[in-house]
Amino acid sequence: MAQPLVKKDDDRDDEADYSPFLGIEKGAVLQEARVFNDPQLDARRCSQVITKLLYLLNQGETFTKVEATEVFFAVTKLFQSKDTGLRRMVYLMIKELSPSADEVIIVTSSLMKDMNSKTDMYRANAIRVLCRITDGTLLTQIERYLKQAIVDKNPVVASAALVSGIHLLQTNPEIVKRWSNEVQEAMQSRAALVQFHALALLHQIRQNDRLAVSKLVTSLTRGSVRSPLAQCLLIRYTSQVIRESSTNSQTGERPFFDYLESCLRHKAEMVIFEAARAITELSGVTSRELTPAITVLQLFLSSSKPVLRFAAVRTLNKVAMTHPLAVTNCNIDMESLISDQNRSIATLAITTLLKTGNESSVDRLMKQITNFMADIADEFKIVVVDAIRSLCLKFPLKYRSLMNFLSNILREEGGFEYKKAIVDSIVTLIRDIPDAKESGLFHLCEFIEDCEFTYLSSQILHFLGNEGPKTSDPSKYIRYIYNRVILENATVRASAVSTLAKFGAMVDSLKPRIFVLLRRCLFDTDDEVRDRATLYLKVLGGEVTVGETETDANDFLFGSFDVPLVNLETSLRNYEASEEPFDINSVPKEIKSQPLAEKKAPGKKPTTGLGAPSNGPVSAVDAYERLLSSIPEFAGFGALFKSSAPVELTEAETEYAVNVVKHIYDGHVVFQYNCTNTIPEQLLENVTVFVDASEAEEFAEVASKPLRSLPYDTPGQTFVAFEKPEGGPATGKFSNILKFIVKEVDTSTGEAEDEGVEDEYQLEDLEIVPGDYMRKVPVANFKNAWESMGPENEQVDEYALGVRESLAEAVSAVINILGMQPCEGTEVVPSNSRSHTCLLSGVYIGNVKVLARLSFGISGPKEVAMKLVVRSEDPDVTARIHQIVIES
Amino acid sequence: MESCPSVKNVLLLDSEGKRVAVKYYTDDWPSHAAKLAFEKSVFTKTEKTNARTEEIVMFDGYIVVYKFIQDLHFFVTGGDNENELILATVLQGFFDAVDLLLRNNVDKRTALENLDLIFLCLDEIVDRGIVLETEASVIAEKVASHSLDGATSFSEQTISQALATAREHLARSLLK
Repeated sequence: MAQPLVKKDDDRDDEADYSPFLGIEKGAVLQEARVFNDPQLDARRCSQVITKLLYLLNQGETFTKVEATEVFFAVTKLFQSKDTGLRRMVYLMIKELSPSADEVIIVTSSLMKDMNSKTDMYRANAIRVLCRITDGTLLTQIERYLKQAIVDKNPVVASAALVSGIHLLQTNPEIVKRWSNEVQEAMQSRAALVQFHALALLHQIRQNDRLAVSKLVTSLTRGSVRSPLAQCLLIRYTSQVIRESSTNSQTGERPFFDYLESCLRHKAEMVIFEAARAITELSGVTSRELTPAITVLQLFLSSSKPVLRFAAVRTLNKVAMTHPLAVTNCNIDMESLISDQNRSIATLAITTLLKTGNESSVDRLMKQITNFMADIADEFKIVVVDAIRSLCLKFPLKYRSLMNFLSNILREEGGFEYKKAIVDSIVTLIRDIPDAKESGLFHLCEFIEDCEFTYLSSQILHFLGNEGPKTSDPSKYIRYIYNRVILENATVRASAVSTLAKFGAMVDSLKPRIFVLLRRCLFDTDDEVRDRATLYLKVLGGEVTVGETETDANDFLFGSFDVPLVNLETSLRNYEASEEPFDINSVPKEIKSQPLAEKKAPGKKPTTGLGAPSNGPVSAVDAYERLLSSIPEFAGFGALFKSSAPVELTEAETEYAVNVVKHIYDGHVVFQYNCTNTIPEQLLENVTVFVDASEAEEFAEVASKPLRSLPYDTPGQTFVAFEKPEGGPATGKFSNILKFIVKEVDTSTGEAEDEGVEDEYQLEDLEIVPGDYMRKVPVANFKNAWESMGPENEQVDEYALGVRESLAEAVSAVINILGMQPCEGTEVVPSNSRSHTCLLSGVYIGNVKVLARLSFGISGPKEVAMKLVVRSEDPDVTARIHQIVIES
Repeated sequence: MESCPSVKNVLLLDSEGKRVAVKYYTDDWPSHAAKLAFEKSVFTKTEKTNARTEEIVMFDGYIVVYKFIQDLHFFVTGGDNENELILATVLQGFFDAVDLLLRNNVDKRTALENLDLIFLCLDEIVDRGIVLETEASVIAEKVASHSLDGATSFSEQTISQALATAREHLARSLLK
């Protein structure tokens, strides 16, 4: 590791590359270090030698234990010299050597003498060195001096003691905590940095005491903290306090917000930015709170300093993920940043624009992205890919250029994570945009022709098997798939065989050819590949019957695995080899923990396309459907039309947490109550929800399914089903009471008592609203869809919406009431516009397609008017949509 | 939760990416090889830019602010949650202090000839990750006063000269 410091090529042009350390060698320098032992010290010479030693260490040279000890002892001799410059180098050298405990003793007395010297520089540095190398026992001896130093009038000495205190707190907290009074006094110092260091130490001393931190913040935000660094620190502590207190006071103003806002007017940019960032990161920040922060960040975007531009665009980028509307104001400034010399700034600007931009700017943006995709790091590329996927889902019309872009970058160099992000995006687009299917599949086929990642290849093959046979010309995929059988490793070959079988099962015309290909696989070197080929040949040839009919054979090939893997694993572990074969039907299908899909609000932007099928909104419905159809009471309700996002029925941090998912069927609704017991000392049994539907006259309870037991921290579900008139638009309010039997649990043994007590718990009310009968379904091309729907069932009306906060607020309110999917990004209202047109699409219960065009206008006193044009396949539904707007 | 602003390293490299002086304050790069690898990647990622003023780059979860002059490259690294402007202030302090100490002759050769000053400068700016001082004139004064009658002496006159340049700097930044 130790490299000779002479760089051979340095010799060529000696003038430019002259170095005072040319030809330096460790051995020689160690020899030179003998001058430290001279009775007549030459300070100048000694300084030079130390510099050389430091240079060696800095270049990565290491000293052996013996060498280090020798140097250390030699250096300690230099305390005799009165030369301040030399002394300073000695301090550095000691810190660099980090001596062992028995060596420390040698310098302790010298350092303690310096700590009490009249020279401030000696004092400051001796403190830093001593605290660096000391252990706990020595600390008690010097504690008195350190306390004095903290309140020393020289800021350098005070800072040295305070910073040392911050470090020592990690190892000797009980000692440092005793310095609280002195540190508090240092807070009042006039020196900026002392204030900063004192605040940092004071907070660390009190960090485990919430109340003390809160008091500290309260007193300091009123006073004047002078140093910008200390101000930044205070902002961080303040947002920490806000974070911890916000759960308690749900109503009213956010505490300390005024302070954060006032920091936006500070004179130091550092503080302004820290405050702006803190505001954007507040949990549940409102657009009103965001506005002043966004305004200062916008100013930073056009700064001449790259660091400022970067900081601003990075923060805005994060805001755009949660509040895209708030950032649209900055779009013009952001677009000029795309050509920024600094690539990091350009990337962040692009991805922010992708999140907030509108349809017309897509093509231009794509062109600009392509240019610099090559010279940014993978982690940035993944960010860009994710942004493009969400963009494509927002503007399905633009899929062609976006899909092209994805396929182009798929061909370039890149690591696994990056490639996976691209493939996932393409898969998501194929699923959500029917028009994109054929080209997307084709790009994936191209990709697996030269894919170095087994995982991706087999995932794509699986996906191809499901989607490929449904395309107009399935035969063109066969070549790509069979190539895998010839060229790839065993895992990919096995996947390819399964995929071939799926084509054979679905497409009759291809069957004979598939047979030929599968037979060739019978001679594969790998067991799994041969087994699969044999099995599929028999199944497809009808020699072995899986179930009774042909559909059963298809179920066997395509059927998703409806048994939870965890349950299967447990059952298989419990299974003991015997005469009786393992029966998969014996595996319980009840999902013990909450299904993954529920935790995520089913948004429009699935994060994963491949792999886990329980992700993403499409399959969230699948998961619910599977869950519900496994319950015999609900099996006769027909097809599930829609499942709502979970609605919380309890406040956060209550004893029992309950949320509800509304499942809408044609003639029924099912409420799925997801309950969590947060008390370790309790076991709940026979959990039901008593629903009072007196305010929902059209609903009649038909069935309920209690939850047998609800142990601590393991979510469980109970269901209640209602009958209602066919189709829409029955609405109503339901009040809920959770009923159960409580049993005490001994937390040490985990055993519950036998006797339980009946108890109940009031939950919040639940409503069925008109929007529940509408499913958000995007259309690829609104104009085409609108025209093909025709004006037969069109109804036009105008409504006054009264005084609204803003146009954007009115638009989003109407979208929420109707529960429809905004198309082509029209839910984004450009700021300051006086009118806006919004396009919505959806499917009403009974599978009736509905399209709506809303034109909004706002007058001076914020009076909003709306013209609503609805087209649908059924005149009754058209009228009903208008009815929804009239009633709300 | 460590909420105190912290600096992970300060680097001074030459125009080929070789070390002039470096200081690491955290264990993010435990071995010498890891440190060199970081320096190499930070150098290659930034060498094409023309960082006359403070520039910034983010990679591998680090934020690096940097500035070049002649054949010297100055870097300050922080975590990806760090306030970029604080890091930039540290860089500015380091850069200007070196400028003062080397009496406006900031190049690799002068830096190597006064390497002791550079080491002391690094020592005065950050202490184990915590920002110690950011004001260039204060840093330079602290470093210089140590070598008053030392070998690489900074005579009384040069200090006032240095402070004059500091004032000039200040005036310039006010004029902007």
